[in-house]
Amino acid sequence: MKTPGIQWFKYASPQNFYFLAGKLWPWFAGLAAVLTLVGLWIAFFVAPTDAQQGQGYRIIFVHVPTSQMSMFIYIVMAGWAAIGLAFNTRLSGMMASALAPTGALFAFLSLVTGSLWGKPMWGTWWVWDARLTSELILLFLYLGFLALQSSIDDPRRADKACAVLALVGVVNVPIIYFSVVWWNTLHQGASVSMTRAPSMAAPMLWGMLIMVVAFWMYAVAAALARVRNIILERERHTEWVRHAVE
Amino acid sequence: MQWNSVSEFFAMGGYAFYVWGSFGATALVMAVESLLIRGRRKQMQQSLRAELHHPTELHT
Repeated sequence: MKTPGIQWFKYASPQNFYFLAGKLWPWFAGLAAVLTLVGLWIAFFVAPTDAQQGQGYRIIFVHVPTSQMSMFIYIVMAGWAAIGLAFNTRLSGMMASALAPTGALFAFLSLVTGSLWGKPMWGTWWVWDARLTSELILLFLYLGFLALQSSIDDPRRADKACAVLALVGVVNVPIIYFSVVWWNTLHQGASVSMTRAPSMAAPMLWGMLIMVVAFWMYAVAAALARVRNIILERERHTEWVRHAVE
Repeated sequence: MQWNSVSEFFAMGGYAFYVWGSFGATALVMAVESLLIRGRRKQMQQSLRAELHHPTELHT
């Protein structure tokens, strides 16, 4: 019996997903490049100078995208981990492993750009405030995931152990997000919220949103390109991989 | 546009180190990540081809 529409389970097979990802990632990379150029143009040539922070506020155009990607990638990674545990699909673990390094890099960049912003505005590179500390814990969760993955030789067992770690760690994401509400932090509150009008000028907001979407596209492209490597590595003794590299 | 000259643009109102540092770090990390993924792929393909053409040798 044939079911209409997209056959999701067809792409749950690593072999089929390998070729699908190969077709898709260049498009996401291209979109990322175009959107980044547009975003940078707005960030430096359209967005006005900030009344309080002068030109220094322009760090927002990389700080917000990297920070929110670091949290969003973790949620997606935990989602793949949950699917892997529930359905025992091989691809899920591979996707989670493909997302972890990119998430770790974004968490790292969030902390670097944050301290480069903190130094001129707060007078310090680092404070142990709730937002900064919970973001640092996020970086450690990513690093823990990667370390655990590489410490278990059997990839299927590694996937299961990492999935549990990813799911336990997901509790940290809402803590990061609401830290500026729950605690009295040096870090400012959200600039954009679902419930009220944004507290910034329109070109600033647009520049930021375009950079956010550009970084999404980048993360998708990076994860798809990396999962291809992981698939090749894990399926290296199969017939289809032989044909694929010939 | 808020810049009167190229040097004013690069000076970023005195925040040059912080602004260009953040954008530079982000660009550098993304470029390095892309190159690492690409390098890994080339390495995989090479070792798989070697395995294919000389099946008796061990490529671990």
